[in-house]
Amino acid sequence: MNDALGPYIVSLITFVPLAGAVLLTFLPRRDRDIRVVAFLFSLATFCLSLHLPVHFHRGLPGFQFEIDKPWITSPNIHYHMAIDGISMWLVVLTTFLTPLCVLISWKSVHDRVKEFFILLLILETALIGVFTSLDLFLFYFFWEATLIPMALLIGVFGHERKVYAAVKFFMYTMIASVFMLAAILWLYAHTGSFDFVVIRDQIAKGAVASFPAAAQWLFLGFFLAFAVKVPLFPFHTWLPDAHVEAPTAGSVLLAGVLLKMGTYGMLRFNLGLFPEQARRNAPWIMTLALIGIIYGALVAMVQPNMKKLIAYSSVSHLGFVVLGIFSFTQSGLNGAMFVMLAHGISTGGLFMLAGILHERRHTYEISEFGGLASPMPVYAASYLFIVLASVGLPLLNGFVGEFLVLNGAFQAKPIYGILGATGVIWSACYLLWMFQRVFYGKVTNPVNNGMADMLGFEKAAVWPCAAAALVMGVAPILWLAAIDPAVHDALAPLAQTMSKVVMQ
Amino acid sequence: MTIVPAMLLQAIPQPEDYIRILPELVLAIFGIAVMVLDPLVDEEKSQKTLGAIAFVGTVAGLISTWYMAQSPGLAFSNTIRIDSFSVFFNFLVIAIAAVVILSSFEYMAVQRIRAGEYYALILFGVVGMSVMASAIELVLIFIGLEISSISTYILAGFRRNEASSSESSLKYFLLGSFATAFFLYGVALMFGATGSTNIDIISQKITASSPGVLVFTAMALMFVGLGFKVAAAPFHIWTPDVYEGAPAPVVGFMSTAPKAAAFAVLLRVVFTINAPGRFWFLWLAAALSMTLGNISALVQSNVKRLLAYSSIAHAGYLLVAFAMPNQEDSVTGISAAMFYTAAYAAMNVGAFAVVSHFANAGEKYVTLEDYEGLGRSSPLLAAALTFFLLSLIGIPMTGGFFAKFYVFSAALRANLIWLTLIGVVNSAIGAYYYLRIIVAMYMRESRKEVPVTPISFSLGLALSLSLLATLYLGVLPNRVLQIAQHSAQDLMPQPSAPNSNVAQSPASTPVPSQ
Repeated sequence: MNDALGPYIVSLITFVPLAGAVLLTFLPRRDRDIRVVAFLFSLATFCLSLHLPVHFHRGLPGFQFEIDKPWITSPNIHYHMAIDGISMWLVVLTTFLTPLCVLISWKSVHDRVKEFFILLLILETALIGVFTSLDLFLFYFFWEATLIPMALLIGVFGHERKVYAAVKFFMYTMIASVFMLAAILWLYAHTGSFDFVVIRDQIAKGAVASFPAAAQWLFLGFFLAFAVKVPLFPFHTWLPDAHVEAPTAGSVLLAGVLLKMGTYGMLRFNLGLFPEQARRNAPWIMTLALIGIIYGALVAMVQPNMKKLIAYSSVSHLGFVVLGIFSFTQSGLNGAMFVMLAHGISTGGLFMLAGILHERRHTYEISEFGGLASPMPVYAASYLFIVLASVGLPLLNGFVGEFLVLNGAFQAKPIYGILGATGVIWSACYLLWMFQRVFYGKVTNPVNNGMADMLGFEKAAVWPCAAAALVMGVAPILWLAAIDPAVHDALAPLAQTMSKVVMQ
Repeated sequence: MTIVPAMLLQAIPQPEDYIRILPELVLAIFGIAVMVLDPLVDEEKSQKTLGAIAFVGTVAGLISTWYMAQSPGLAFSNTIRIDSFSVFFNFLVIAIAAVVILSSFEYMAVQRIRAGEYYALILFGVVGMSVMASAIELVLIFIGLEISSISTYILAGFRRNEASSSESSLKYFLLGSFATAFFLYGVALMFGATGSTNIDIISQKITASSPGVLVFTAMALMFVGLGFKVAAAPFHIWTPDVYEGAPAPVVGFMSTAPKAAAFAVLLRVVFTINAPGRFWFLWLAAALSMTLGNISALVQSNVKRLLAYSSIAHAGYLLVAFAMPNQEDSVTGISAAMFYTAAYAAMNVGAFAVVSHFANAGEKYVTLEDYEGLGRSSPLLAAALTFFLLSLIGIPMTGGFFAKFYVFSAALRANLIWLTLIGVVNSAIGAYYYLRIIVAMYMRESRKEVPVTPISFSLGLALSLSLLATLYLGVLPNRVLQIAQHSAQDLMPQPSAPNSNVAQSPASTPVPSQ
């Protein structure tokens, strides 16, 4: 173990936000106090989570900070939590974004403040739990647990069509995830364990009865749940609705972290448990990913609504992640991981910026704005920075990940790389065009002249994103050093199936 | 010792025999006490006094169940068997009655219904259900079934001034007596086929020789009767009308306690007798109940009707655990079914306690529209109802999740892949209509003036008990499951593999029965 805190640090990080939520329920409804407490707890979680990258042994393969205690003896459910280079950064991403979400909601949420922050903190616990749990049962538990706070955040604190969006979001993900539950139950019935590591090893050894017949269905059961969450091309229709109606903090976490649950799941479970099926299904999955990249970008281009535009850009960016994962190359997977983190930061930032505009004008329509650069110079500069990061300007975070993914996709099949690369061009088109329409030219709508520039707490929320984007772009090795060995691990079973195919 | 004196000796009830029906005796005594005291107490105060006596009665019933559990064995000429199975269901039905009585105080006062025989009838009903849980003699089971049914028929009609309540009572009575007649006919045929009404003897007879047509018919008829009692499709048509008209706390009671008792009987009939030819019967009933219940619930606007259809769906999930094709999987199936009954009881009694509070005088406020904006006007109750609904959906951290989880894993272990798929898809569909209530409470503003009354202490207690039970089953399901597994062993005709082995080892002999 890494140090004295070793086995408990992961649980601590997971449940500190929940403790905050419990504390909030007992606090009187003084909005200011509630905001401060929520901020302190989320900040404390972030500080705790920094323990992970500091004490993480980058050279070692496998899981670290592991805790494995029996929870329920029958069925055999363990409280098994640990992290590796893949999940560590997703945890840090979650804990990084949550305090910023608290800040950006400081003024914009004034009704039912207490409930809002309670839900936000519960959501944080559930999200961290998804990334840290290694017991399939525990994983499903947290996976479903993210659903309710998020649906309530959208449905209670959202905009005009909030109920429709919340129910659509809930039903889409719920229906898809019951298939994953069925697959998990099948695995338990045939292996007697929920433990990811145990099941993985048993499958690899071929010790699971009637596995070959069921493997394809199991793969699809998991894949469907993840594909809806990502969202992969034909399953994406809930996303724009959910984003447009969600409050800013909801959008930030939805785009920043919730979507990553899907790609993380593909990486961890679809590749980890079913390497052979993953390889077999890769062609059509990569095709869907490419359609997502190009389709998402094209649809984003014509959106009149800023938030919808960013939502569709997520469809496009997450397409890169799926493309990278199913390229089965070291560089592709490294890139996919990096895009996940970079997208979390830059899209999170974009949603916060859009929220700031909505706060002042109560609309997301791009045509309502124009020439904002003169009344709001600081805002415009911050916006440009984040847009460039999202577009993939070299030395900012978007570039590194996309480059690695395309490199991996090219190795897998040149045509994938070529088609994927057009996505980079598209993203420059729609984001920069949007930027031009909102910020440049003369102020067309006189109301916009009176808009205040960024306030202190808004700067405090957005600038950390910008800073992170810069550091990730300049020194990606800080992140990749931990990601690389973990990805190598994840690819090992795939390499085995590959050699099996070659030997036959 | 010769046979004759032994038999004679057996015919005379021993002190242990009485201990083994102690809960029934205690409950019956308290029920009679309520009836006798009813004319003596002041009408204004009768509500509190009689309710309190009934509640004390159920607590005494729980204690005597515990006392009874210390001396397991047969009683009254092998007609009663006390083992962990019967103790489990005794405990469950009495606990349900206790919580329902607590949640009735306020309701009865608000509805201006004279308490009187209400509490006595609940206690008598529980006596019948306890008998159903402990009897291993089909005729005695029938008597228990009648005692419990007749009490619930009357209870359903307790809102005397409402036509819908009388309709509910009459419908339940007519259809219910028809269904019990089926059961009785089945018992008679079984006696004709095997020469006995004792479940153990029937089980031996059936395993000894291949069962004839008479046995199949008998099983089918008994299944019709019990299928009606648990509201399983295609014998479910009565449910929505009866639940809509009956008083809300009574619905909470009759959707859980008599159902639990009927499921106990069904478990005995299916697994102890090892009923022949049951597989497709149960498979179809499970699939139909889940699908019809959920789909009909989608379009309901009355919360009581909605929960009625939901209870049909839940009977379906429960029946999935019954459709075990072979003996090895039975123990998992039985324990899953038992866990499910307990979890369903906890969450449904709780949900109906909230519904009965919201309903207000004359049960005026029971539609989805009336629930709009309740998240703001009475946050605590709305939060409680949300928790129960999430449990009914089957969200982790609630008893409902583990209940579904055990049932579906038992089905997968027995390779019932299609039935499991129907089940999981159904539970996703089901999420929609429970969600409609949550959406109405939290995400819509109230359009109607719905009066908000403060929560009384007794209702608060009832709610916290059901909340705690639901949460306990959702976080630490181990203990209850172990008890259920232990009971499942008792239920099986011959003890098979030890339970830890059965529960944890992968299925070694998959049966391709679909």
